[in-house]
Amino acid sequence: MTTAAPAKIQYEAVIGLETHCQLSTQTKIFSSSSTEFGATPNTHIDPICLGMPGVLPVLNEKVLEYAVKAGLALNCTIAPYSKFDRKQYFYPDLPKNYQISQYDLPIAEHGWLEIELVGADGTPNRKRIGITRLHMEEDAGKLVHGGSDRLSGSTYSLVDYNRAGVPLIEIVSEPDLRSGQEAAEYAQEVRRIVRYLGVSDGNMQEGSLRCDVNISVRPVGREQFGTKVEIKNMNSFNAIQRAIEYEIDRQIQAIESGERILQETRLWEEGAQRTISMRIKEGSSDYRYFPEPDLVPVEVSPAQLDEWRSALPELPASRRHRYETQLGLSPYDARVLTDDRAIAEYFEATIAHAANSKQAANLIMGDISGYLNAEKRTIGDIALTPSSLAELVNLIEDNTISNKIAKDILPELLIQGGSAKELVERKGLIQISDTGALEAAIDEAITANPKELEQYRNGKTKLLGFFVGQVMKQTGGRADPKLTNQLLLEKLNSLA
Amino acid sequence: MIDREQVRKVAHLARLDLTEAEEVQFTTQLSSILEYIEQLSELDTTNVVPTTRAIEGSNVMRADELIHHADREAMLECAPDRVGDYFKVPKIMNEES
Repeated sequence: MTTAAPAKIQYEAVIGLETHCQLSTQTKIFSSSSTEFGATPNTHIDPICLGMPGVLPVLNEKVLEYAVKAGLALNCTIAPYSKFDRKQYFYPDLPKNYQISQYDLPIAEHGWLEIELVGADGTPNRKRIGITRLHMEEDAGKLVHGGSDRLSGSTYSLVDYNRAGVPLIEIVSEPDLRSGQEAAEYAQEVRRIVRYLGVSDGNMQEGSLRCDVNISVRPVGREQFGTKVEIKNMNSFNAIQRAIEYEIDRQIQAIESGERILQETRLWEEGAQRTISMRIKEGSSDYRYFPEPDLVPVEVSPAQLDEWRSALPELPASRRHRYETQLGLSPYDARVLTDDRAIAEYFEATIAHAANSKQAANLIMGDISGYLNAEKRTIGDIALTPSSLAELVNLIEDNTISNKIAKDILPELLIQGGSAKELVERKGLIQISDTGALEAAIDEAITANPKELEQYRNGKTKLLGFFVGQVMKQTGGRADPKLTNQLLLEKLNSLA
Repeated sequence: MIDREQVRKVAHLARLDLTEAEEVQFTTQLSSILEYIEQLSELDTTNVVPTTRAIEGSNVMRADELIHHADREAMLECAPDRVGDYFKVPKIMNEES
């Protein structure tokens, strides 16, 4: 027997996400102050969100509607009877010393969403991620630490309660995620869903979407989970992925060198690209939840539930499947087009009139998206209507204009709108597909460039492109490129 | 029923400083309160739905309508300390970790 070294242990990560989404309501969850972001500190405050004695919080009806819609979109069971609870802890971001949240009877439970990762070869890899629960709660205020840029060194803190009482839903996933990429995709899918529903803007920079990650590693094949670490402070999907990848490496290295993983909360440091311990003792937190006596329970009747369910839009995963199976688009194209609901709807309105959905998809994902990004506009801002875009697609499709002409006139259509067909006719841009007319232009191009013709004859055949360019120049780009190529080749070879 | 250690823990969570005498006193008092309440467990509640509230009613809600609260300055002035637009609070964390 040979004495081979023991096989290297393979590890896998077990990851779950807690996602907080700010709901797009006008006012706070339990009081009538504004939820506007970025206002002067402590302008959106009132006695309720400040926790003054004797005040009575009252639930914002939009918060319940949005939470239920999000729960339905995440395939959850909606609780017919739900209530709020007090979560007690002392921290100055909460003026009441408790947060109103939901504990044992959350509004929604037992759901799932589907993530789709597109592999390097373009094939989609789909995975269902469980949703443990979704509950409603109030956000806390914002602290600015004085005397130091770090909490531990500061001598005092300043508090802005504009955000206190802003409505949130917290969505807790099952520990079904196995990599940073899966986790980032899960978070993006949550954002797509809440945006499709119109219940949250999902803006990570403004903190409307925040993800905390729970992560442990274990040898592949082991049932039991390793010690769990929580990571906070990621403010982009990319940061979520990188923080997880860093943490997986850190935990595996620690285990291999015989260290014990501490159950703790760690912060992602974007600058240093690493996680650091927050040095907060775990196990000492005891939130002593109890039912919130100031708020009555919430009951959702079957009729109300049906009404909200019927108001749900088609969701991104369903759209992706439909684009792939019914329209024959690639998983990549389907993903890009469905990322934003308004773009997907624009695309669908276009292909209702256009023959070629791939062509329409290419124009929307290419030139139109490029224009929107460069001008920082949304699809709703452009003057080009879906039916005019459909005309443009059909003009390309039936060879009336070339792809190049289409791209040339697109900026004008985007800004001024109007009919694509009329613009093409008015500008005389109809493609020249008449053999006689093209041959005349070809003859002219050859006669005008004897030196290039000589070189071509001597074997420099890549000058074909030069001649095509000359013909295009003469015809103002209107020559049918395919036919021009073919006729030129025939002509040049007959002269050779 | 409840021991001194539990009293200390609850006091810590509520940020209460208790003297030794108070700890002893509250251990006895809390124990007798809990024992008194414990009598309820003699009842058969097998078919009773857990109650979360003592009064009837559900779904008291308000419309999502903005009402600006006018007394901002009065609210800021209620705090023991402030700096401009902010409420000011003492140091949050101890230096040692």
